[in-house]
Amino acid sequence: MTTQPVHFYQVGSFAVGNRLLDDSDQTVQSDPRRSNSLDSGHRACQGCGEALGARYVLDAAMRATSGRLLAVNATGCLEVFSTPYPETSWRIAWLHSLFGNAPAVATGVAAAMKVKGKTDVRVVAQAGDGGTVDIGFGCLSGMFERNDDVLFVCYDNEAYMNTGVQRSGATPPAARTATTEAVGPEPGNVFGQGKDMPRLAMAHGIAYVATATVADLHDLEDKVEHAMRLRGARYLHVLVPCPLGWGSAASDTIKVARLAKETGLFPVFEAIHGEITAVSPIRHRTPVEAYLSIQRRYSHLFGEHGRPDIVARIQEIADRNIATFGLSAKETDRGEKETSA
Amino acid sequence: MTAAEILSMAAFAEGRHSQAFPSFGSERMGAPVVSFCRIDDRPIRTREPVMAPDALVIQDVTLLHQVDLFAGLSVEGFILINTSQSFDELGLGEFLRKFHRHRLVTCPATEVALQQLGRPLPNAALLGGFAALTRQITLDAIAAAIRERFGGDTGERNVAAATAAYGLVVREEEELARATPD
Amino acid sequence: MLRQIEGSRAVAETVARCRPEVVCAYPISPQTHIIEAVGAMVKAGRLSPCEFINVESEFAAMSVSIGASAAGARAYTATASQGLLFMIEAVYNAAGLGLPIVMTLANRAIGAPINIWNDHSDAMAARDSGWIQLFAETNQEAADLHVQAFRLAETLSLPVMVCMDGFILTHAVERVDVPEQADVDAFLPAYEPRQLLDPDNPISIGAMVGPEAFAEVRYLSHLRQLDALELIPALASEFARAFGRESGGLLHSYRTDDAETVVVALGSVLGTIKDAVDLRRDAGERIGVVGITTFRPFPLEEVRRALSGAQRVIVVEKAFSVGFGGVLSTDVAMATHDVKLSLRTVVAGLGGRAITIRSLEAMLTDAVSDRLEPVTFLDLDLEMVHRERARLRTVRRSGPSAENLLRDLGAVASRIG
Repeated sequence: MTTQPVHFYQVGSFAVGNRLLDDSDQTVQSDPRRSNSLDSGHRACQGCGEALGARYVLDAAMRATSGRLLAVNATGCLEVFSTPYPETSWRIAWLHSLFGNAPAVATGVAAAMKVKGKTDVRVVAQAGDGGTVDIGFGCLSGMFERNDDVLFVCYDNEAYMNTGVQRSGATPPAARTATTEAVGPEPGNVFGQGKDMPRLAMAHGIAYVATATVADLHDLEDKVEHAMRLRGARYLHVLVPCPLGWGSAASDTIKVARLAKETGLFPVFEAIHGEITAVSPIRHRTPVEAYLSIQRRYSHLFGEHGRPDIVARIQEIADRNIATFGLSAKETDRGEKETSA
Repeated sequence: MTAAEILSMAAFAEGRHSQAFPSFGSERMGAPVVSFCRIDDRPIRTREPVMAPDALVIQDVTLLHQVDLFAGLSVEGFILINTSQSFDELGLGEFLRKFHRHRLVTCPATEVALQQLGRPLPNAALLGGFAALTRQITLDAIAAAIRERFGGDTGERNVAAATAAYGLVVREEEELARATPD
Repeated sequence: MLRQIEGSRAVAETVARCRPEVVCAYPISPQTHIIEAVGAMVKAGRLSPCEFINVESEFAAMSVSIGASAAGARAYTATASQGLLFMIEAVYNAAGLGLPIVMTLANRAIGAPINIWNDHSDAMAARDSGWIQLFAETNQEAADLHVQAFRLAETLSLPVMVCMDGFILTHAVERVDVPEQADVDAFLPAYEPRQLLDPDNPISIGAMVGPEAFAEVRYLSHLRQLDALELIPALASEFARAFGRESGGLLHSYRTDDAETVVVALGSVLGTIKDAVDLRRDAGERIGVVGITTFRPFPLEEVRRALSGAQRVIVVEKAFSVGFGGVLSTDVAMATHDVKLSLRTVVAGLGGRAITIRSLEAMLTDAVSDRLEPVTFLDLDLEMVHRERARLRTVRRSGPSAENLLRDLGAVASRIG
């Protein structure tokens, strides 16, 4: 077996590796024998949260299934930057069909495995937010309703990034995109109803729904493993900052993701059959400014022509999440998270 | 459609070629639902609706004066109407004079069905009446087709309805023969 | 086994004998009887192993088929008209990926105006997609073509759609010899994929291809369809030997040997045309019929050969290209471009309007006297059209034309001839 040198980068706390942990507690990413499902050489932007998220998720899924995994990918950044003809950076079996049909294609793959009696082979489908909450929504709901044996992962960077940062159903209020420019009395995206995809998934009563970010690798991997222990339709929603689209520094991706959670704007939780069973509490309650101000997609809210009123409305959203989901942490000595996963 | 379908199955049971299909006309309110059946000893190729029927079976008398049901029917043609009224009572007396009287019968198929099946579904009875009227198909073949289509008790009851209607039409034919000897 | 059976049912039973492993069902008239019958067989355990999946749209139906086929399962679905359009992105995708999916297309008109009855506009909408398109003349042929379709699709790694006229064939009860399981098994071996999603041999399927290779990839599909021009007749011969009857092939000619006039058509109308042609033959006219069974790939050479002896060719088709003219006619024109003959397009049967022998007779009389316009719409009520045009000229807010025409037609009308 060949080994390759693995570099551990210190990016703050809870980093990849954490060499002081017991082997069994170490992350998949720290394991030199991990699948490297999404191998190096792809064309993602520097600091791409989605590339990180996909690698984390799929390597964890590959370990959980002992490599018996098939992946279906919707059109989008991930598909495009991972397979520039004639290369592919996928080391796993991988199928890309269309933009809106990843859930349905995955249903078909799962059905084929079932009919062939290959019950050990599992299926993961993945798409960006556009391919999940907008164009893929109908197929996703159908897959949930039938309870097809697929783990569907949404890498949410909150806009149609591949086509040039256009607004999607997942774009948060006030964010600037190419189709919600920062001009006029309501700069950036409107304050609409939003589309709470994790809760929509929960409404289908499926076995497992969870949200996660690329800032907490252990949490993300645990959730993938939990999901892969189950059968039937499962949904994982991962927040993946996009430095290009969000206007954040390439080196800030993990920091931005963590701030999304710590402000309460992105609740991190697990739900079983429509009921929330575990919540990842906020360690250090942080005002939304800290999160918004380091992303140029919100720059119109600050400075000389800033909009503190809009920031206040966004803060309200965060406060409401914290109350609704019970995100306030109970402080413990080591600041451990209070999940029961 | 079921009646035409069963008739085609009966013809098949007799070793003949047969084609049954629904009309493709607009199914707006008031438009009749028509189905067609062709029976032949040779394979049937054409797909057009039956433009010049040799026989007409009218299941629903309320259509009589709404649409020209008789269009294309040859004067040699057979007519079987599901009703307990007479042709005169239906207002058809004058119109039907150009046809052969013994080729026109009424049959209270819905009533027969109510008696035999307990439900106002006249199809089987009409097929029995058709067999008696035209002699183009045997009652046995109709019965076989009905049994295949429905099976079990329902099949048997429908066969009974067909048989009863067959008998009624045979008697009506006999009366006609006595009344108009030709 | 010889049975008197509804077309849809015959197809369903035959498809079941082809042992599909994943069947997707989304209802649309007039294919529903097919998919319902297959579903019932799966539920009763008569078709097993098979995953019968009730999907949420036609787009999902084709997408699930794509996933299933790529993962090694024999996949089947059915649709019509609007459903085909709804899945069209996936239809092109399946062909581009080279997946041997078989689909029944119960030909139905495309709206607006919404119309559930038969014509060929749906099939025509997919003719450039890369799917092989076969047209059945009878329900016997519809059933038989499915057996050949699976074999054809899997040999070439191309999807195949079997077109059968909605209602006219699907809902007609007629004599069909439904193939026996053993015979189908002998003709159709298990699906051996060219590409497979397999954790033991991971590959990437569906990569992006830029200008540097796209043309070559597409040209390969083209060549594969052209391969079908040889494979289809070979399969038809093999089928004839195995099942004892002629079915499929590229085209068939009827009484064309010395024909001055040849009528060309697709699908079930060929039966009616043959009856009309026989009547004229009886009267001494030299007239014949060419029925095209394989529409894509279009058998240019065979069509040319079949028509090269004729003086005039009348293409009777159930579709038209709005603002232009015939669709099938254009293909036939291309096939015969260097043959000296007069080509006429007769658009008939749109939206399920019956094509009667009487109308064909009148049209053919005009045709052989060379009185036909280049494009004729058979049985068109021109007066009704002119009345609506006059209405459009007089008032701006003239309302939906479709509704105006219906009102003009009267409340009760069963237009059967």
